[in-house]
Amino acid sequence: MRDVAVIGIGCTTFGEKWSSSFRDLFVEAGALALDDAQLSGEKIDAMYVGNMSAGRFVEQEHIGALIADYAGMATRHIPATRVEAACASGGLAFRQAVIAVASGHEDIVVAAGVEKMTDVEPGVSTDALTGAADREWEGFVGATFPGLYAMIAQDYMHRYGMTREQLAQVAVKNHYNGARNPIAQFPQEITLETVLRSTMVADPLRLFDCSPITDGAAAVIVAPYERAREFTDTPIRVLATAQASDTIALHDRRDISTLDATIAASERAFKMAKLTHKDIDMVEVHDCFSIAEICAIEDLGFCKKGTAGKFTADGETALGGKIPVNTSGGLKACGHPVGATGIKQVYEIVTQLRGDAGRRQVDNAKVGMTHNVGGTGATVAVHILGRD
Amino acid sequence: MTVARFWRKIPQRYNLIGTKCETCGRHFFPPRTFCPDCRRNGKIVDHKFSGFGTVVTHTTIQTAPDQFASAGPYVLAIIKLDEGPQMTTQIIVDPKDVKIGMRVKSTFRRIATDGESGIIHYGTKFVPVE
Repeated sequence: MRDVAVIGIGCTTFGEKWSSSFRDLFVEAGALALDDAQLSGEKIDAMYVGNMSAGRFVEQEHIGALIADYAGMATRHIPATRVEAACASGGLAFRQAVIAVASGHEDIVVAAGVEKMTDVEPGVSTDALTGAADREWEGFVGATFPGLYAMIAQDYMHRYGMTREQLAQVAVKNHYNGARNPIAQFPQEITLETVLRSTMVADPLRLFDCSPITDGAAAVIVAPYERAREFTDTPIRVLATAQASDTIALHDRRDISTLDATIAASERAFKMAKLTHKDIDMVEVHDCFSIAEICAIEDLGFCKKGTAGKFTADGETALGGKIPVNTSGGLKACGHPVGATGIKQVYEIVTQLRGDAGRRQVDNAKVGMTHNVGGTGATVAVHILGRD
Repeated sequence: MTVARFWRKIPQRYNLIGTKCETCGRHFFPPRTFCPDCRRNGKIVDHKFSGFGTVVTHTTIQTAPDQFASAGPYVLAIIKLDEGPQMTTQIIVDPKDVKIGMRVKSTFRRIATDGESGIIHYGTKFVPVE
């Protein structure tokens, strides 16, 4: 297998982008990534695009061809493939691009992610997202995504005694970081009171425990490491790509508040990179809800099970802490265009590793990790990236 | 949900009929037609569950999807059935009275309404055991 490098990155701003269409979004992100790599489109050999539910959100399927077409690749007939794993679609698209290059089958490959979520009524987007869980046996009886994660939170707090204030600190920290990220949907700092007084969505989760509905797209370009310096002075090496699955329904899990797929994927990634959690300088985790970040940092191995609430409240996951988590603002403050999130995580880690993260820069960042979850943990993608 | 899609699972949804693997004895609800432990050596048969179980975790849904809106805030839970498997369901109980570890039993109820002219979905909910 060949070593693979990220040679270009691009991302739209995230938010309720009423003036941008689905195709406007991915064209913008793709153009930014090509500019970044100082690459002309004729060099692209293949594209993978993560997208959860364009069929429900904009009534459009056949996304691979659409993107190739509007990116100006239709006349070159390059292979363009949509990858879907709910909110982990972007992470899997990146993984497919890395595997394609590593195998020697392709050289210059685009991995993109896009979601246009605000062209439907909120009820429709909520229902579309419920498709990431088991429609027949969870959605049918009235489970919503906040409801499923609320049941994880209820189980977790009952067993480990985490306080409501500790949980709220996840959102406070992510908004602090988001306020330092120019692409963030909510670049505003918030207080603990804001979280604790926000509307109850599904007990114990309140509005400020939940990631928003977001429009956005992100794209990265990968190439064989040995060719990377043709395009960039700061190639970022893909040290590991890993993916794992688990039961589709939360009720069938071994443990309600442990994501076994996160444990499996991170163990595979650390083994592939020959690294441990101590080597990671910052991590982008899948905080679709505040409780998801709590479970993630434990299941990835950054702190012991049951201690992430205190770990967070003590500032260990903040900028300057032991392991900065979600320097982008995470899904909570940066936004969560579901299919784009996994690619945006790579975009953030590459930005950090290049030293381009401005007011949210992690000092001397050498190795970063991404953690992208589909559903309540039925799919997990983990990547480790490093600079030389 | 179309009529056919709902209709084909009526025995399971109305009467808590799941499956059981006769090779290893494991019970499944929601029903499975393939035993993940015994794989092709499994022998799957229907199994009617007793309807008794224990609350594993719960929440109260304050913002309900349209088809559940008439129910107002409702208690959603994962129940561990006495035969072993866990399922997601609603519990008919005052939200402040639901507790992890609480004993519950199944009951036949309306689940959701598919718009004003669509079919009404019935199925299994749970109530506290007195």
